[in-house]
Amino acid sequence: MELLSGAEMIVRSLKDEGVETIFGYPGGAVLHIYDALFQQKGITHVLVRHEQAAAHAADGFARVSGKPGVVLATSGPGATNTVTGIATAYMDSIPLVIITGQVQTDWIGNDAFQETDIVGVTRPIVKHSFMVKRTEDIPSTIKKAFYIATTGRPGPVLVDIPKDLTSPALTYEYQYPSKVKLRSYNVVSKGHSGQIKKAVDLMMAAKRPMIYSGGGVILGNSADMLTELVHNLGFPCTNTLMGLGGIPGEDKQFVGMLGMHGTYEANMAMHHADVLLAIGVRFDDRVTNHTSKFCPNAKIIHIDVDPASIAKNVPVDIPIVGPVDQVLKEMLEQLEKTEERNDKSALEAWWKQIDAWRAYHGLRYETAPGILKPQQVIECLYKVTNGEAIVTSDVGQHQMFAAQFYKFKRPRQWINSGGLGTMGFGLPAAMGALVASPDATVACVTGEGSIQMNIQELSTCLQYNFPVKIINVNNQSLGMVRQWQDMQYQGRHSSSTYEQSLPDFIKLAEAYGHVGIKVTKPEDLEDAMKEAFSLKDRLVFMDIYVDPSEHVYPMQIKDGSMRDMWLNKSERT
Amino acid sequence: MRRIISILMENEPGALSRVVGLFSQRGYNIESLTVAPTNDNTLSRLTLTTTGNDQVIEQITKQLNKLVEVVKLVDLSEGAHIERELMLIKLKATGAQRAEIKRTADIFRGQIVDVTSSVYTVQLAGTSDKLDAFIESVGEASILEVVRTGVSGIARGDKVLAL
Ligand SMILES: Cc1ncc(C[n+]2csc(CCOP(=O)(O)OP(=O)(O)O)c2C)c(N)n1
Ligand SMILES: [Mg+2]
Repeated sequence: MELLSGAEMIVRSLKDEGVETIFGYPGGAVLHIYDALFQQKGITHVLVRHEQAAAHAADGFARVSGKPGVVLATSGPGATNTVTGIATAYMDSIPLVIITGQVQTDWIGNDAFQETDIVGVTRPIVKHSFMVKRTEDIPSTIKKAFYIATTGRPGPVLVDIPKDLTSPALTYEYQYPSKVKLRSYNVVSKGHSGQIKKAVDLMMAAKRPMIYSGGGVILGNSADMLTELVHNLGFPCTNTLMGLGGIPGEDKQFVGMLGMHGTYEANMAMHHADVLLAIGVRFDDRVTNHTSKFCPNAKIIHIDVDPASIAKNVPVDIPIVGPVDQVLKEMLEQLEKTEERNDKSALEAWWKQIDAWRAYHGLRYETAPGILKPQQVIECLYKVTNGEAIVTSDVGQHQMFAAQFYKFKRPRQWINSGGLGTMGFGLPAAMGALVASPDATVACVTGEGSIQMNIQELSTCLQYNFPVKIINVNNQSLGMVRQWQDMQYQGRHSSSTYEQSLPDFIKLAEAYGHVGIKVTKPEDLEDAMKEAFSLKDRLVFMDIYVDPSEHVYPMQIKDGSMRDMWLNKSERT
Repeated sequence: MRRIISILMENEPGALSRVVGLFSQRGYNIESLTVAPTNDNTLSRLTLTTTGNDQVIEQITKQLNKLVEVVKLVDLSEGAHIERELMLIKLKATGAQRAEIKRTADIFRGQIVDVTSSVYTVQLAGTSDKLDAFIESVGEASILEVVRTGVSGIARGDKVLAL
């Protein structure tokens, strides 16, 4: 057996786990590890400019590749800087392994230089965490961390390692375990057949069925099966913000996103449904509106790998706990065997109703000569990229417009912070997306507010040649905040504008060694965007000035039901 | 409704803080909590009492089960069970009170475990209700100090919570 130092064990364990790229930032407590990284090949380290970005980049990598993302940060401020990134991943169930250095063992608890109880700080936002006590435990702990992060409902796992354990002076026998033994952690491997049967029966009896699918379908690699199920059944399907791409955006049976800024037809159909098949969703408050008024006539079937998601916010009639792919597979098999089918005329009438809702065109917006609308920017992006780009997003109006107007063809194409709503996610996530998929076209849809939350990563993008296309939907304000202020605070724009302090983003992009393109007129948009995307190997920062007064609609009315929506500035349902 | 949840978990540093943290993170309350290693010293047994409607308790047990260090758990209040709490209570015992306290302790089957010329320390085990009743009987005025362990419990009959 080989003798390795703790630092070497960490690097080797990552390699044995199949990791090729990690995202991090050095500092005192991890210097031994960085030295071990320096002396090997096989693992590439991406040096970010802020540890938050390391976590978001690892997260973006995980969302695009389906593999766990890995973060390395030093103790104290390095570790605390990752916190927002860890919380972002936790809320969206993204598998991450975060390795943090800790002060040497005998200093722990002494308020030593750069000492933070990062295990304590992150306890509520990790799936699990470890503090390694002995060097010999490093390989098995890393093995467990990956296992826990990637199985069941995925999530971030933090491993805190005191500096003395990584010292090059002490070596130990290294063997990476092939298996994990955890008596207290069991993952369900299959749904209950009887429950699936009940669900199928209920679905066959439905007159106004609806399929509502979410991030679980993407994470569970079940998009193809979902699409097959939707086609097989002939039911309408809606996706959550996290579930977009679960069924192709252009599919005839797809009625768009649901929820707070969902389409008119999706929210109306949800409200009137008599049977709801909920797959890999968590009945988030941004979806359900007031839970007591949620889908008043629907019997609900809920498939989820996490039993705690079931009946948490909304009571469920038929719970099915299991991995989405296994459950859908069995559901399709059972459907094949049953003779029963839905009442044809009822289903036809339901589709007629849905088409009538569709005909309302709830996403329409008004254009005016000389003024660019944010929606046009996304429509143009969709056109210029043929709907093929991986789109990462920040948080705000631009995010909602991207979700509404870019018709995602496949899973893992739409990368956004849904659960935590983290401004500053988009650019580092795009870097991770490019690591996962180096040949893809990656666009980061952002706002002038969000982009400034991790703009330092423009430097990382130059160092590693990440040719992100930044689509800065510049409405010169914290648009989503401003929209709420317009709607609920009589237009008092408290701290949502910048009073002429916005930087010249073109000069800024150029200062970082990239290309900047400014667009202010609608007629210039398409050509400018084509030019940007033709510069394949360059990061292009498109600064696109849009109408600052635009709002996102539909918008559900607080405490109402799914169908209570503002449809534009003056009309509501 | 009051519930007694009994948890078998890994006897590891950090496990307890995860359980306690879960309650504060999710806004559940803990009324009492007791924890100690079992005969198998890799395992700890934690008993806690909490209140909530069925839906809340269901969420609590599901969330607890999700904690990686939680091996098994049971809501003891769902079935027949035995619950016990131990109390040590220091009481003013002078004059006529001395005999009175002794009598009350006898009625409750408590034991006087320490004595000074002016103080009795009584040890009493039983359900929390019984301990409450004792406190009420002796009266606020004579109480100097109360220490209660919190509830621990076990199911009646053949049911066991073990690996
Ligand atoms: C880190 C963080 N801070 C604050 C918020 C609250 N917030 C949500 S949207 C928004 C405005 C975003 O502005 P911008 O990025 O310009 O996007 P826009 O809405 O204008 O398209 C703010 C401040 C948040 N989501 N994240
Ligand atoms: Mg803005």
